[in-house]
Amino acid sequence: MLELKRLTSVDELNKLQEEARPLLGLRHYNRAANQEKYQILICGGTGCTSSGSMNIRDALQAAIDNNDLHDRVNIVVTGCHGFCELGPLVIFYPGGIFYVRVQPEDAEELIKTTVLEGKTVERLHYQGRTGKTPRHSYRDMLFYNLQKRLVLRNCGRIDPENIFEYIANGGYQGIAKALGMGREATLEEVYNSGLRGRGGAGFPTGLKWKFMAAETAEPKYMLCNADEGDPGAFMDRSVLEGDPNAVIEGMLIGAWATGATEGYVYVRAEYPLAIKRLGIALAEAEALGLIGDNILGSDFSFHLKIKQGAGAFVCGEETALMRSIEGKRGMPRVRPPFPAKRGLWEKPTVLNNVETFANVARIITDGAEAFRQDGTEKSPGTKIFAVTGKVRNTGLVEIPMGVSMRHIIFDICAGIKNENKFKAVQIGGPSGACLPASMLDNPVDYDSLTAAGAMMGSGGLVVVDEDTCMVDLARFFLTFTQAESCGKCTPCREGSKRMLEILERICGGEGRDGDIEELERLAHTMRTSSLCALGQTAPNPVLSTLRFFRSEYEAHIHDKKCPAGVCTKLLQYRIDPEKCKGCTLCARNCPVGAITGKVREPHLINPNKCIKCGTCMDKCKHGAISRV
Amino acid sequence: MSFNRTANAIDLAPLMDILKPYKQNPRGALIPVLQQAQDVYGYLPQEVLETIASELRVPVAEVFGVVTFYAQFHLNPRGKNIVRVCQGTACHVRGGAGILEAVSHHLDVKPGETTKDLNFTLETVACLGACGLAPVMMVNENTHGRLTPDDIPGILDSYLA
Ligand SMILES: Cc1cc2nc3c(=O)[nH]c(=O)nc-3n(C[C@H](O)[C@H](O)[C@H](O)COP(=O)(O)O)c2cc1C
Ligand code: SF4
Ligand code: SF4
Ligand code: SF4
Ligand code: FES
Ligand code: FES
Repeated sequence: MLELKRLTSVDELNKLQEEARPLLGLRHYNRAANQEKYQILICGGTGCTSSGSMNIRDALQAAIDNNDLHDRVNIVVTGCHGFCELGPLVIFYPGGIFYVRVQPEDAEELIKTTVLEGKTVERLHYQGRTGKTPRHSYRDMLFYNLQKRLVLRNCGRIDPENIFEYIANGGYQGIAKALGMGREATLEEVYNSGLRGRGGAGFPTGLKWKFMAAETAEPKYMLCNADEGDPGAFMDRSVLEGDPNAVIEGMLIGAWATGATEGYVYVRAEYPLAIKRLGIALAEAEALGLIGDNILGSDFSFHLKIKQGAGAFVCGEETALMRSIEGKRGMPRVRPPFPAKRGLWEKPTVLNNVETFANVARIITDGAEAFRQDGTEKSPGTKIFAVTGKVRNTGLVEIPMGVSMRHIIFDICAGIKNENKFKAVQIGGPSGACLPASMLDNPVDYDSLTAAGAMMGSGGLVVVDEDTCMVDLARFFLTFTQAESCGKCTPCREGSKRMLEILERICGGEGRDGDIEELERLAHTMRTSSLCALGQTAPNPVLSTLRFFRSEYEAHIHDKKCPAGVCTKLLQYRIDPEKCKGCTLCARNCPVGAITGKVREPHLINPNKCIKCGTCMDKCKHGAISRV
Repeated sequence: MSFNRTANAIDLAPLMDILKPYKQNPRGALIPVLQQAQDVYGYLPQEVLETIASELRVPVAEVFGVVTFYAQFHLNPRGKNIVRVCQGTACHVRGGAGILEAVSHHLDVKPGETTKDLNFTLETVACLGACGLAPVMMVNENTHGRLTPDDIPGILDSYLA
């Protein structure tokens, strides 16, 4: 019987690991012909939960009960598998039998066919990119086989609400080993690994930790940034929901190496499930004595709490985040002094990102050299990307740094939806850039991206196709940064407002000569004189689209045309009287009653009433409506 | 000094319970207390803010400063159901604006407003972290994904029952 009882030595942790191992005993790929026992893993990540995976759990449980199978089959709810597009996902072990888009009605058949008959339900497999080659097992899927899932190794594989599963898989061995190595050797190992912060700027983690280790003031704080503000990114959320203990263990090792005794995880309030799972993990770790005083019988103590954000993007910036934890308005302040010297409550403080911490335990257990096996000399290790937008397989992708953007988008994520043409990939969110097709073969690592005028950012990749207007996309990002600017310094507060006004005018068909130059001038001022990185990087989406897609700006300004057909003020919907059959479908669906006409006679759109929603064009079965 | 009191007196007892564990050590307590108070009252009435200020020994002006800085806090009563339509990047490039328009049209309110019958408050949010299902909206704690404008009336009406 596994008990949540205080562990007082590394030996006790090792013993617990042995006792917990059977929990994972069925999670392998060798399914026997007449397999007796099964474990069903249901994805309980945010994506699959919102597609209804908890109803499927109930339906599967009912099917297990109906068929009297409780001693042969049990259900485990996991975190995100990174393939949310095809959720809800259900996986049977042994075998890793992979089912997608499962509905509660499928439960009975799944249990009967998979467990009782020893076959698989063909129609519920992922049918491959061609739609014709069913993938039976996790192991047959290109989406996973082309990745290197090291940080995500537990996500989707273990129950995140059961610390024993984490321990069974080698969890907390990193801190156990670090305690034996001593503080300095631990610090040196992380330093030698070359790990760089995954939160955006790519600052060397070991170096940051060394700065704090050299400080003498007490207490010292170790903070985790789980604010994940980049709109279109969900790496940190998935790690927290799928493997929260890995983040806690990384923080423990950081605290041990730097002498921190207290810590906070600052999580976005929009992530209720991540907060819940982290809370459970923390309570279990405390019960085992892995958080608290005299951890594993040593003289090392570390106390950890969760703080919920309150909805301000700027609080992802490190000094603002610290003000927010203090209960104040989250405004950035000038650095130096750097937080390693004076941070939270003016004490030495280190802040790292969720994914940064999730890399740390492996660096200690396997060593810095093993960590450096992946990635490039200057960007070692793997990076997780949230690939979204117009790709076929949206999801979470972990790859060694240095592979090309093309590999991520076309090989792993299967290219663009509906055979459309790739136009650009937006990387780095509101601080990042849009890269065109000509840069698809550039390597993805910190320095190459910076050289290309972009930045790694946190790992959001939004892929857009020819139906996306790049001026509108730039306007979209400026709307975001302008709203999130904290208003403390003028270049950012006023500059973002001015830039947004100009972009709105251009999208509204009122662009003028000189607008592009004015945008460039404002961008320069914001870059060089804003106080924090929010303002300094806010012009990036505009500058990169101006650099690579300048002709689109010019078409808006000079020809009053939106080449992608997005900016509604520059569009008109028209009915071709030759093609119109007078079926009245468009008129019945127009939300504002802008279409008139008699049955079997050509219809007409009143341009003064039309709000350009495009519904009529989607509805017309005769291709009579066009957008000009 | 006089303030406009709300018509119905507000029961401050639950607030006192929230404040209790923080009174000894009010350091960093302000935001968690405001969050819990809003969970109980649905918004942050004047009396609640004043009480928090005096119990945590911070100036009322500072409490207001914090409340107005963070998007999460609300000074006015809100609808029974909170609809948050994602306007993050992934949703934007997959038609999030059309979803917002459909919701706004169906409820006849703009983002930030509450319907007259107090059934719905419409808000926008920048990414719910379910980008794989874009476009997405959240009603109360439920996430709805892979939306089309046609889905909106049915989903919203299902919350009226
Ligand atoms: C406006 C702004 C928002 C930020 N948001 C985040 C965030 O959501 N998550 C994050 O990890 N880092 C964010 N950062 C970067 C942090 O300031 C900080 O560099 C990072 O958390 C350090 O951790 P790392 O070294 O492990 O990357 C943001 C920075 C700025 C300027
Ligand atoms: S750059 Fe913008 S967000 Fe940063 S301190 Fe200045 S106004 Fe605030
Ligand atoms: S685009 Fe929309 S508003 Fe305009 S005519 Fe068609 S359906 Fe009506
Ligand atoms: S739906 Fe097409 S064919 Fe029918 S009335 Fe409208 S324009 Fe004409
Ligand atoms: S939430 Fe299920 S795969 Fe992402
Ligand atoms: S952008 Fe809408 S959920 Fe992420």
